[in-house]
Amino acid sequence: MRVVLGGAAMFTVLISALILFVLFRGAIDFFRSIGWDFGILVDDSAAPGWFPRRERFDLLTIVLGSIVMGLVAMIVAVPLGLGTAVYLSEYAPPRVRRIVKPAVEVLAGIPSVIVGYFALKFIAPNIVDPIFSPDQPRNMLVAGMAIGVLVVPIMASICEDALRAVPMSLREASYGVGARKSTTTIRVVLPAAVSGIVAAFIIATSRAIGETMVAAMAGGRDGSGPRVLSPLDPGLTMTAAMTNAAGGTDQVKAGAPFQVLFFVGLLLFLLTMSLNMIADRVVRKYRQKY
Amino acid sequence: MIQVQAVQPEKTTESSVVFSVRDLNVYYGEFRAVRDASFDINENEITAFIGPSGCGKTTVLRCLNRMNDFIETARVEGKIEYHGVDLYDPQVNSNEVRRRIGMVFQKPNPFPKSIFDNVAYGAKLSGRFSKSEIDEVVENALRQAALWDEVKDRLKASALGLSGGQQQRLCIARCIAVKPDVILMDEPCSALDPIATARIEDLMQEIKKDFSIIIVTHNMQQAARVSDRTAFFTTEINPESDRRTGVLVEVDSTRKIFSMPSDERTELYVTGRFG
Repeated sequence: MRVVLGGAAMFTVLISALILFVLFRGAIDFFRSIGWDFGILVDDSAAPGWFPRRERFDLLTIVLGSIVMGLVAMIVAVPLGLGTAVYLSEYAPPRVRRIVKPAVEVLAGIPSVIVGYFALKFIAPNIVDPIFSPDQPRNMLVAGMAIGVLVVPIMASICEDALRAVPMSLREASYGVGARKSTTTIRVVLPAAVSGIVAAFIIATSRAIGETMVAAMAGGRDGSGPRVLSPLDPGLTMTAAMTNAAGGTDQVKAGAPFQVLFFVGLLLFLLTMSLNMIADRVVRKYRQKY
Repeated sequence: MIQVQAVQPEKTTESSVVFSVRDLNVYYGEFRAVRDASFDINENEITAFIGPSGCGKTTVLRCLNRMNDFIETARVEGKIEYHGVDLYDPQVNSNEVRRRIGMVFQKPNPFPKSIFDNVAYGAKLSGRFSKSEIDEVVENALRQAALWDEVKDRLKASALGLSGGQQQRLCIARCIAVKPDVILMDEPCSALDPIATARIEDLMQEIKKDFSIIIVTHNMQQAARVSDRTAFFTTEINPESDRRTGVLVEVDSTRKIFSMPSDERTELYVTGRFG
């Protein structure tokens, strides 16, 4: 039994290592194809952009795409997620909590392709178009908002755990000197849970940046630049650029235009991994012993 | 079953009564935790609540500053008057009640903030002091709590770095800083060693001229040492449900409770033959 279980654990670790190996190998192939000319990754022409089939790889275009959509997502996810967590942990009567909490968890289980259609069929026509009238129905704002919805459950869930870990005795100490419930939440409970909340933020950001389907479906899938930061423009994230290279609009079978997907993947992997490591450090460093 | 009405006989002048409790019943859901408790609490005295586990002494204590409001299922019946005002009147602001009737808890519970911020917390919220006055309020509270000399050079340090006894005195300072009228203490020394306990007991004697104090304690010697009056609670088992309900047996001067109590159950308890 022990051997079988140990083997399962070993195999899981092995898969992670294998993924990393494939990414590294692909990235090195890519660098060979472009003759180790890193200058190619920063397009300084008048109209920079991500055109892999023309072997123009302006990394900044897709990195900015990821940042803009990630920012929009977090602007949606932080108030919704933290608000839900505070409500569930501090305010909701047990009856309501028993209904709301599973409902939030259901949201976490919805396949992202469905959220992608939700973005196209609801967020774009009913929220973004009437208010902002963007030029294109598919843009970074629409995709970012949907990604935000997608990461609300993880934000809410980790924040709620952090809030519930704050001992009741601290709340009572605050009530005991005449503090209102809202004051107690803001001045005592939230500060005591700050490490968990920051960790939730970082992990949700990492998820948002790694989100692929919604970014590809609703974000416009347009790497043609210019490198504008307006969320109302269509854009291309690192993840969407990878799906393009793998089987979407830019499908190519070999050479740099294909291999670049491994390089972007490696970048993405390192980015999300470092975010997760930072979150881990934050939790450890600021963990309150109460 | 004898109906226990432990209203104190030699009632002093009306103005010196802080709490007047009549027919207090407390329920948690269907469960009755305390039955028909009636008693008065006098100003500038230390009243001890003693009794075996589950006798409802902490429950009664937490009714006196409406701390039970935060327990979803808790329900309070009967009348609790605080200086003649019905504490459970819908017009009464329960936050103001808790400001005037402070509480010190079983386990020291300083906020994970600096020593200064812990003491200043309630005083700042009350909005009655300017920024410059807060420093003074903090210093005075720490002096009153006999903690000033130990912490004056590290007010910005985390309160969590203090010893257990110091933390509990800090909690008392935090309570004093909002200038309450009454301090409720729920087994304040149960987590402390004998030396720290002695310091808290001395402190109680020091501050009782400014506050009325009610202390719940498991420790009969402590009640005998510190209190002027003692209320003895015990449990009754309901033969139908087999559940325990707390009842107040009697309230009297501490000397009387420990030497010649009126009720046999009190005598059995204080002489260590029961509980």
